[in-house]
Amino acid sequence: MAMKTDAIGKEWPATTYEVGKEKIGEYARVIGIENPVHSDRAAAREAGFRDVVAPPMFCVVYSAPALGPAMFDDEVGMNFAAMVHGSQEFEWDEPACSGDEITTTAKCLEIFEKDGKGFYVFETRSVNQNGDLVVTGTWTNIVRGV
Amino acid sequence: MSAAAPFDEGDRIPEIRVTPDKYLPHRYAGASGDFNPIHIDPEFASAVGLPGTILHGLYMMGLVARANTEAAGGDPRSLKRLSVQFRGMGAPETEIVVTGTVKSVDGDRVVVDTVAAQGENQTIRNAEAELQT
Repeated sequence: MAMKTDAIGKEWPATTYEVGKEKIGEYARVIGIENPVHSDRAAAREAGFRDVVAPPMFCVVYSAPALGPAMFDDEVGMNFAAMVHGSQEFEWDEPACSGDEITTTAKCLEIFEKDGKGFYVFETRSVNQNGDLVVTGTWTNIVRGV
Repeated sequence: MSAAAPFDEGDRIPEIRVTPDKYLPHRYAGASGDFNPIHIDPEFASAVGLPGTILHGLYMMGLVARANTEAAGGDPRSLKRLSVQFRGMGAPETEIVVTGTVKSVDGDRVVVDTVAAQGENQTIRNAEAELQT
């Protein structure tokens, strides 16, 4: 069956997230990261950061909200009941610190069929209040039986 | 933060072992904002044909990121890129072992092949981490 591919190249409105010290600490504790740069302002500054710094994978907290509208877009038309998160890539640039305002945009990169499965690939780009690129994410969802 | 030891091709990174308790998916949901009921609601999970609630893939990716960052000495700036494939489903209350092997070294850039597994079940495989040392 031919898949709907009209959404390739589509972009969705940006979302903005203000990074907070306690939210970073909460994330780091769940993952078991003990480095004090993720909880202690003095330790973070000592290590050369503007403020308490987020672990790299904290990027899901501020970038995923931009992806929500893309995932639920009728033009994309993903069947959630048969969907799994297939693969994920992040590439980091400027660290995210407490107090940063991070703006993320989402875009549909690819929609294709392979071996009876539908692949939906999205990109998120997150920049901080200075316009510096913080992280680029590539999110691949796989839908069985398209 | 301790200075990272120099890496050579074929070196194993220090493994990490974590047994997420029954409520870990709830705490990860709160920390991450991902409240998909397959991770936190056993009735919903069984209604959609799962053996029980499953771990968030991005939680396990967080452990893979942690293992690689710690291998590079702990500085969060050392992890430049991480790419993973989610395969087996992860379950709470089962030990997760994250292991990695250095695949290539090019100047200060090190690529580590990483796996997260619960017993024989590789929940994350073909994970590639690029570290700046």
